[in-house]
Amino acid sequence: MTNISIDFLNFTFATPFVLASGIWGTTASLLERAARAGCGAVTAKSCGPGPRAGHVNPSCVDWGHGLLNAIGLANPGAAAEAELLANAKTQLASLGVPLIASIFAGTAEEFGVVARIVAQAKPDMLEVNISCPNVHSEFGEPFAGNPTSTAEVTAQVKQALVGTGIPVIVKLAPNVPSVARIARAAVEAGADALCAINTMPGLILDIESGQTILANRSGGLSGSMLKPIALKCVYDIHKACPTTPIIGTGGVTTGQDAIEMIMAGATTVGIGSAIYYRGPAAIQQIKAEMIAWLEAHQIADLNSLRSLAHHEPLFSTVPTGAPVPAAH
Amino acid sequence: MKYQSLALPTAVKIAEIRQDNYRTKTFVLEAQLDAYPGQFVMAWLPRFDEKPFSLVNANPVTLMITNVGPFSRLMHEKQPGDRVWLRGPFGQGFQVPAAHKKVALVGGGYGVAPLYWLARTQIDQAAQVTAIIGARTAVDLLYAEHFATLPELVTCIATEDNTAGLSGRVTDALRPLLEEGVVDGIYACGPHGMLAALQKLGQQYGVPCQLSWEAYMRCGIGICGACEHEGHVLCLDGPVLK
Repeated sequence: MTNISIDFLNFTFATPFVLASGIWGTTASLLERAARAGCGAVTAKSCGPGPRAGHVNPSCVDWGHGLLNAIGLANPGAAAEAELLANAKTQLASLGVPLIASIFAGTAEEFGVVARIVAQAKPDMLEVNISCPNVHSEFGEPFAGNPTSTAEVTAQVKQALVGTGIPVIVKLAPNVPSVARIARAAVEAGADALCAINTMPGLILDIESGQTILANRSGGLSGSMLKPIALKCVYDIHKACPTTPIIGTGGVTTGQDAIEMIMAGATTVGIGSAIYYRGPAAIQQIKAEMIAWLEAHQIADLNSLRSLAHHEPLFSTVPTGAPVPAAH
Repeated sequence: MKYQSLALPTAVKIAEIRQDNYRTKTFVLEAQLDAYPGQFVMAWLPRFDEKPFSLVNANPVTLMITNVGPFSRLMHEKQPGDRVWLRGPFGQGFQVPAAHKKVALVGGGYGVAPLYWLARTQIDQAAQVTAIIGARTAVDLLYAEHFATLPELVTCIATEDNTAGLSGRVTDALRPLLEEGVVDGIYACGPHGMLAALQKLGQQYGVPCQLSWEAYMRCGIGICGACEHEGHVLCLDGPVLK
């Protein structure tokens, strides 16, 4: 029997797969569907202090080599979200699947306020979305853009959750000069875990109208073209913060991609756009592919592959007697 | 232009515009898509908005647009030769099993849009096609005259204020047919309340339903969850649910 269960913070996930925030919203029925499809944990859509309609359409398109979206943090506001989360939590608890709530806000203090409201729904974990690339005009630079603001938000949320026992996951952006520096700042400010990465900013035009296709002008890129960027970030973060659990998210579409993410240093693996590329059965398929690969390579425990890329090769890659290249 | 499907919004010209009633127009576009009844497309007007519409036909692409908001108002100002940007088709439409020989097509308000196309495909396949078209009042009726031109199809009209056809709702028109046992499949599109009532009727008489649920499609590709309905993402699993 191949083990793919993962210990993450104080939880054991039956599988390493975590539904990424924003996929399928926050309704209990859809989060339950993701859980039944094989997610080890599910992340709800981000909510902020008040209701937001989000950006008008087009807000998500397949541009041929990936998805580009700017939904614009559509959400009913923290108070209404807390009710949805409480419902979802009840449904998911019966399946033994942890619920990760997700929050955003305009200031570090406001993050604390939203965290306190959402905590009333008793989510198992709280993801702090400081990296949405699509609300620049209202909120300015994402907090994930520099270590100081990352630390400020993290500290505010940690402070707000004192006594709740809810661990904090900080979601990082890929488009920074050194994601390791941001990761370290989050961990030093108290982040219990990290999620890397959010989508990568991008923009496409329709040349017939000369206009950007997304109503928000720019959006976040996702899909398999994001994978190398995500792997590089996860690799760098693990190197910088080797004991911090990481949800490795970005472009994972196959079981092999998921194994790659674990080998780069991720603890668990976020799944998002794959649900578009392979349909709602994506999670089952990725899980089946991962198990098949592990079995074919006689690996009894997925956990034995974690951060392998940082260590010695798993399989002999050089002929016996040949000089072994220096470890990178 | 002939397209299989369009992932990105693609500019197409409006070939013809027909006035259906005081607030509804049908737009025939210079495009063909590989689609079937019940599927939808997204129509975009750059720098304005993009909205989902059921296909009235895919060859050529035809959309029925009722003037109910800023987007449809702008569409209603368009002239033949103007352009609109399309992507799609999206979602699951109506799939009538070969065993269904006596089909009832039930459209409420502008819900008739996909049913007129379905009716045309069913004329040759089903032995008996009954179209039930409902509206609040006579002037809101849509496509009744189109259905009337289809051969071997019984059209039944219901208005809530008794200004045309039967007095009452589409369910009042359908119930006697279910009693008679002359319906083996219900295919419907309309407001949620109407669909919920049909679902109940279908269950009561043991007749399967395929219902097209309206929702605000945001991503249109099954991932954002904005169009959730009873555990389904309507833009991908629907809009037609069995």
